[in-house]
Amino acid sequence: MNFDLTNALFGLAGGILIGLSAALLLLANGRIAGISGIAGSLIALKLPAAWAESLLFLAGLVAAPALYALVMAPPAITITGSLPLLIAGGVLVGIGSCLGSGCTSGHGVCGMSRLSKRSILATLTFMAVAIIVVTVSRHLIAG
Amino acid sequence: MRKLIALLAGLVFGLGLVVSDMINPARVLGFLDLFGGAWDPTLAFVMIGAVLVMAIAWLIAGTKQAPVFGGDMPGAASSVIDGKLIGGAAVFGLGWGLVGLCPGPALAGLLVGGVPVLVFIAAMIFGMGALNLVNRP
Repeated sequence: MNFDLTNALFGLAGGILIGLSAALLLLANGRIAGISGIAGSLIALKLPAAWAESLLFLAGLVAAPALYALVMAPPAITITGSLPLLIAGGVLVGIGSCLGSGCTSGHGVCGMSRLSKRSILATLTFMAVAIIVVTVSRHLIAG
Repeated sequence: MRKLIALLAGLVFGLGLVVSDMINPARVLGFLDLFGGAWDPTLAFVMIGAVLVMAIAWLIAGTKQAPVFGGDMPGAASSVIDGKLIGGAAVFGLGWGLVGLCPGPALAGLLVGGVPVLVFIAAMIFGMGALNLVNRP
């Protein structure tokens, strides 16, 4: 995709919003804003004590882009239409984030910011693997 | 109050994903396409903003006995490095690289991302549920 200074500034601003959200959840509620952790806890056999809070957090996450689209231009979402890729990607992301106890938000934002060795190692691992997958699929197979 | 905070945090998180364009898999794949000749570093700026703010929050949390609205602060981060952590992260990276979606942006796209995002979310929930069943305590 095209990238210019505007993307960098909006990226930084959006990142600060994500950080503020995670900070609010930590300092006000004592909870970690890891999306896979929160979502995974809701589909466990035994619901966590704070299930209503988790559900409301996810409701806000789901509602925000729709509310944004009412006021501003709806966000453009460019994604593959390949059913096998979507299914494989979704299943792998679901299994991997549960097995590795975190995703981009849990390990990447909340864990790395407290210098957790686990989170730094997990983030480096999933970044490296994803970069390899994209490089191979875009430039070795497709190219 | 805790419930209101949770809803507000979710809204701000979702807004952050829209503003930063991380809700858009093409933008994320542009970052992961490190060697394609047209690297898109947006995701790095997002991480810098989010991690800096959250690092300050952890410093503040360290000076507090308890969260403002009750409960406990999270315990010290675990330091166990094992196959589950690295294997899980690798499997996660595999799926992330295939589509460019991870759990946050996927759920944020539930109402605005059309059928492909819905398929991804359904598959992701299936994956999480399957693992929860296997990992049943």
